Order: sequence, then structure tokens, then C-alpha cells
Amino acid sequence: MSTGTLKSTRVWEAVLPALVALGLAAVLGDLLILSFGESPAAVWSLLVKGTWGNAYGVGQVLYKATTLTCTGLAFAMAGRAGLFNVGAEGQLAAGGFGAAVMGLLLPSSLPALLAVPVCLLAAMFVGGAVGALPGALRARFGASEVIVTIMLNFIVLALLNWIVSAKLHLPETLRTPDIAAGNVARLADVFAMFRGSAVNFTVLFAVAAAVASWWYLFRTRSGYELRAVGLQPDAAEYGGVKVPRVLLVSMVLSGALAGLGGVNFVLGYKGYYEEGFAGGAGFLGIAVALVGRNHPIGVLASALLFATLSQGGLAVNAVVPKQLTDILTAAVILSVATAVPEVQQQIRAAAASVTASLARKQPQGGES
Amino acid sequence: MSTGRSAPANAPAIRMAGVVKTFGAVVANRDAALEVQQGEIHALVGENGAGKSTLMRVLAGLYAPDGGTVEVNGRDVTGWKTTNAIAAGVGMVHQHFMLVPTLTVAENVVLGMEPTKGITIDLQRAVLEVEALCKKCGLHVDARATIADLTVGEAQRVEILKALYRGARVLILDEPTAVLSPPEVQELWGVLRTLRADGGTVVLITHKLDEVIAVSDTITVMRAGATVSQFPTAGTTPRDIARAMVGRDVNLHLDAVGAVRTGEAHTPPGMSGRDPVLQVQNLRVRSDRGTMAVNDLSFDIRPGEIVGIAGVEGNGQTELLEAIAGLRRVEGGHVQLGAHALTTLSVRERADLGLSHIPEDRHRRGLVLDYSIADNLILGRQHHFASRGGLDRARIAANAVEQVERFDIRPPMAELPARALSGGNQQKIVIAREMGRAFHVLLAAQPTRGVDVGAIEFIHAQLRAARDAGKGILLVSADLPEVLALSDRIAVMYSGRFVTVLPASACTAELLGPFMTGAAA
Repeated sequence: MSTGTLKSTRVWEAVLPALVALGLAAVLGDLLILSFGESPAAVWSLLVKGTWGNAYGVGQVLYKATTLTCTGLAFAMAGRAGLFNVGAEGQLAAGGFGAAVMGLLLPSSLPALLAVPVCLLAAMFVGGAVGALPGALRARFGASEVIVTIMLNFIVLALLNWIVSAKLHLPETLRTPDIAAGNVARLADVFAMFRGSAVNFTVLFAVAAAVASWWYLFRTRSGYELRAVGLQPDAAEYGGVKVPRVLLVSMVLSGALAGLGGVNFVLGYKGYYEEGFAGGAGFLGIAVALVGRNHPIGVLASALLFATLSQGGLAVNAVVPKQLTDILTAAVILSVATAVPEVQQQIRAAAASVTASLARKQPQGGES
Repeated sequence: MSTGRSAPANAPAIRMAGVVKTFGAVVANRDAALEVQQGEIHALVGENGAGKSTLMRVLAGLYAPDGGTVEVNGRDVTGWKTTNAIAAGVGMVHQHFMLVPTLTVAENVVLGMEPTKGITIDLQRAVLEVEALCKKCGLHVDARATIADLTVGEAQRVEILKALYRGARVLILDEPTAVLSPPEVQELWGVLRTLRADGGTVVLITHKLDEVIAVSDTITVMRAGATVSQFPTAGTTPRDIARAMVGRDVNLHLDAVGAVRTGEAHTPPGMSGRDPVLQVQNLRVRSDRGTMAVNDLSFDIRPGEIVGIAGVEGNGQTELLEAIAGLRRVEGGHVQLGAHALTTLSVRERADLGLSHIPEDRHRRGLVLDYSIADNLILGRQHHFASRGGLDRARIAANAVEQVERFDIRPPMAELPARALSGGNQQKIVIAREMGRAFHVLLAAQPTRGVDVGAIEFIHAQLRAARDAGKGILLVSADLPEVLALSDRIAVMYSGRFVTVLPASACTAELLGPFMTGAAA
């Protein structure tokens, strides 16, 4: 058996569960559509037409996939280090907020070539900072990142809401004033066919982030060490890796990736920060990463899938309730969670981390 | 085959024929056969990767065979599940323990068939039952202790208890003595003989040929997935078995001992007077349980010297090596490699100064099992295979090709995950990585645990060659003959201290035994 066939076998094995999951979801969808007295073929074709059938639909799918790619990458980056980051929702919101504040602070005369990167960095910095806290608590005290990130979501979202409503909001709204500098151009500004859709050039940043994440994880020394920590922390420690440090770094990177996703809405779509814009995209990122098997390229594909389902729900809403696609999304997630051993393993590890930190008799500090 | 409901009285306990089992591209068993009579101790031997463990997992219902038949007590049970196997009295003690570390011994033993009081588990009765079982079989372990606090040897006894508690009449043991001290081995033989006298049947997978001779009635030899021969133990010599296993003559332990005894002047001229390469002074290290596992220990190793540590496992050997390697915090004392003080340095800094380490547990520490052979061959040296942060894939591949060839790692496919290899070949990856580079001091913990004769011979040759090249080696092994065969000086460790340090030429197993149990301390 040559290396080539070994590789293609591995790719096939990785993709197969997602395809089976999709098949199962399709069958379930057929049944649901029939129960509404509609023809499955007609609804599916409506769904495809409303998403990939025209430039506006494609644009909307790409827009939704952009945020999901970022939060999916965020989860995958932590997941590769053996961590279960439930905090992408808060990190996403914080990233968007960071980008908005930076955009408001910068003079409007600043050229986009400078302003956009500065705002991107601000988003990643703030998202990374929100990720750093659970990372540090885990690295230093062994506190379960699952619990800390869940709780931190509430704190971060409440804090942002408070800041916006107390200091930054436009009267009578829950949003900041329009951002002067750093707005990301819509794709429609260049390609007229995307007119009306929210897709913007953040999509390129998301793709770049996926490629960079892949390169980092599989082609750099730090990525090698990060994955070793995720697979076997004892072996990593033996191999000279400073495990607590890697845990912290992975959470910072994870938060930064989620934070980048905030740019899509704030700078690319609306041009302002608005309370509640994250709208569950952070949590859906967990599913995106699990279906994409914590692989950056898989995350890209799976983000497109979930975005298609989400947009497709709107497209078929006239015939069947759009919650149809929510059910399909759930079906995909459940079948992948059932079928893929490493997903089960990850969920078990997360549960174990929670149990361990709850059952801890005495702190195990100072082991590094 | 048999249509009768009850087993024929003279049916063999186990009859497996033509068993085939493949894992993807790897053929673990092809035409494997095994016939074991009622009430015998049957040794299943063969090189690592010969397919012994796979065959036994098929028997225990863990794997469904791709071909062939399995009969137990004359009943065709091909493709049965573990639950069926347990119900039929077939129990397996695995090489890698399957215990819940946070539960107690008694809880682990009764797991899945707990005695109950109403709807709650009757733990008191579980403890009593387990204690009674211990007494009956002569296995000593504290039923109330938590698994995580046990030594490897004790954990294994729990595994045996688990099988017996489930009423095993056919007990399969996969490399049981790899983790035991000589007195514990004798104890185990006692247990197995008691079982046999009671009508029980035992299948013993082992690499140690003297054990085969000592305890078995019949021997089955496997090579490359297939069964090559079966013969009675009486009248067989270790050399015969080794030849059947490897397919050629091998240099055995016993010869090695002779070679060392006669070749006392192996220290290269000019080396003997040199400064020690490793110095340990007043070292104190705590165990995970917080007790002082290494207690005020001092010794040094000179270039071209193998210092062997004999002793029952759990007397501080693990903690000592971890402390020297930088994996465990030191409470006090001093460790020096050449002119460099080590105690404050990181694992990586120590490795870069020329400290190599073969860890005792290759599955937990020594390898990242899901990494490829190539990636495992750079573990701990990844910073030397990277330029400006990026991994140098070409050099990693070249290194893999070289090491796979030099250390005969099979199958020679560097992209295969380490998990897919047999235990012996996994250990060769560790050996290749730690000895295939420049180093001054090697910490070798259980270097041949769970490794076949052919590979043992190879690993021992590597250790001797390194010693002759002027390296200092600290060897820890639960296998006393190995310590005797390789060491220049032997220290016996008991309760965190060296109770004696002797030149190897003065040592025999009989002499060291009392020290190991603390009787002569």
C-alpha cells in the first residue's frame, strides 16, 4: 500500500460519516415534508434554488458561512489541544465589540488599507483575551474550561450590553453609532450580482484563517506540540512540551478566531455593533467543528453545509416552516456525534474535565 | 460442529482453526490455530506482531474473526461477544489494564455484577467477597485501595481477580509477568497451578522462555500471524522454542550473562577514571500520593557504565527516573549531567544536553499513538526539525527512513500511526528516537517490557554498544535476569533508597532477592 492510497483512505474515512449523516438528514427531511403534505422534490429544489441557485442566495450562504467558519475554527483549535471551548459565543461578541470600538476610535480619514487590519487585530485581540481567561484558569489551576467558558459567556454578553447601553448606544436603540473607519467592503461593491446580500470580504479573511489554522496545526512545531497535548498530554510533557502553556495558547488562538468572526457582522454587514448579534453562531460553531472533525478544511466545508441549511430554511419558508432546516441541522449533529468515535471521545473528555474539577478534593497547583 | 447440548467430555477446552483477522492493510492472523486441553497451562509464544494477542482477543470475544472457527468445550462459538465469553467462563487479563482508576479494588472487581442490597450496591459485601477470593487464590491486594494508588503489579492482580470473580474457568493472560518482580512471578505461578489443580485451564502469552519452561504443559508457537508448531513442554529447551519463534538461532539471555561475566574489561581503556556523566546527590522526590518515594538518594554513573536498578516495582524507581528526566518536581537534592546542574532545567533543556530517556510506559508517555512513526521519531526533538517555526517535513521524512531502516521498525511505513504497530515495534520507535541520536546519558526504564526475543536481543545489543561507546546508562527493569545480564553495577532499590550497590560480577538472583523484599536491608 503506498502513501498515496493510505492518505486517500484516511480522507475517505474522515468524510464518510458526514455524508452518511447528510443522507440520514435527507431521509428525515423527506418524511417531515411529506407530513406537511408537500412534495419532497419540490421543497428540495426550492431549497437549492434559494441558496446555490442564484447569486443572492450564494451571497447569503457565504455570509453565514463566514461567521460559522470562524467559530468552527475556534472550537477546532481548542479541540485539537484537548479543550472543549463552549465560549465562542462570548468571544465572537467580544471580537465584534472590539472591532466596533476600534472603528469608532479611528479617524474616518484613515485609509481602509490601514483601518481594516487594525480593526481585525482589535477583534482578534479582544476575542483572544476572552479566551485567555479560561485558558489561564485551566493551565494554572486545572479549572474545567467547559464550566468556565459557559459561565463566561453570560458575563461577557452582559458586560458588553451594559457598556453599550450605558456609554455607546444611539438613543432609542441597542446599537452603537455607525463606524467611520475600518468597514469591510461588500462583495456587491465589486461584483454587482451579489447586490442585496450581506456577503463581504470578511469571507476571504475567514478562508485565510482556515488555511492559516491548517498550516499552524499541521506544518509548524507549535501545532505539532498542540496536537500532541490534545492526544496524549503525558507524552507531550515527556517530549519537552510545556503543557499548561500550550493550553493557554490554544485558548487564546481559539478566542482570537472566534473574535475574527465578529468582524463579519460589525464591519462587513451593518457597520455598527448591535446587542445580541452573535445570535447562537458561537454555539453552532461547536457543531460545525464536530462535523468538520476539528480539521480546518473540514470546518470550511461544514460551515458551508450549515449555512446552506440555515439560508435554505428561509427559502422554503413559504411552503414548509423554516424550522424544518433547524431539525435537519440537529439531525446532522446528532448522527455525527453518534457515529464518529473521536467526537464521542471529545464529548466524554469534556464531561470528564467537568467531573474532575467538581470532584477535586484539593487543588493540584504548581505541577508545571 | 457438535449438535449435542452438553459438551463432549473429552472435548478440548479451546480449539481454534484457520483463524483470519485483518485490520485494514495489516494482517494480524492468517491461518492461526490453537488447541488447548482441559486443565492444562498452555503457553502461547511468538515474536511481537506474531498475532498472539489478536488471536486471544478473538477467543475472548473482543474481535470477530474474518475467517476460521472457534470452539470452546466442543461448542462452536465463532464470532461470540465478550459477554458470551464471560458467561462461558472465558476470562482475559490484558497487557494494558482495563480498570477504572478512581474506583477501589473491590469496586473494580465486582463492576458489572455488583452485589446489591435493595437498589444500592452492597460495597461491604463486595469487599468481603473480594478478600475471600484473594485468600483462596493467594493473591494479595488491599480490596479497599484505590486503583490509581496501586503499583502496576498490584493492578494486574486486580485484573486476575476480576476474571476469577466472574467465574473464569479458562483464564487468558497476556504477558502477565512483564510487570512483576521475581517473588511476584513465583506467586503468580502458584495461583495458576492452584487453578489448574482445580480443573481450570490457562493460556499464557509470554516472551520469557524460562517462564514457558517453568510453568507450562504445552507450547504453541506463532510466527507472522500463523501457528507454526505445537509441542509438549517436557524435554524442550529455551533454544528450541526461540528457534521456532524466530525461525533461526538466537543469542539468549543466558549466553549474554556468560559474555558479561567473562568480558569484565569491557570499559574502554582510559574511560574508567573519568568523571561521572551523571551525579545524583541527596535526591528527594515525592510520589503522586505525597509520600517520599525517593528518599535522600545519592549515586553516580561513569562513562561506559550501565548501572542497573533491581527491585520490586513501586519502590521509587519511576519517581527517580521522572525526576532526573525533569518530569517530576524535586523536593531536594541535586542532579548533574557532566558539568551541568539539571534540577532547574526543563525537559527540553535536559534533552539538549544529551539526556535520553526510554520511559517505562510507551503507551502513555513514550509515544503519541495517533501520530505517525515519522512524527513519533522526532518527539522531544521537534525543535531540531523546524526552521522559523515551520516543521521541516523533508528532514522528518528522511530521519524516519533512516531510523526505520537502522532499527528495523516493521512494517517500514513511516506514515503509519504508531498505534497500528505491535508492542515490540512501538518500542523500537522509542529506542530509535532516544538512541539514534547523540546523547551522554540514557535512562532506560523497562526497555524490553512486552518485547519479543528477537527485539530483546537487538535492544540489549544497542545498550551494550552505547555503553562501549562511553555513554552512561541507568537501567531500571522488573526483569532481574535482564538487570544481571546488562549491568556493570547493580543497586537494589527498596522503599526509596538503595539498600545495596554491588558490582554485577558479585551478584546473583539469590543474593539480590532478600534485598529486593527489604529483608536484608
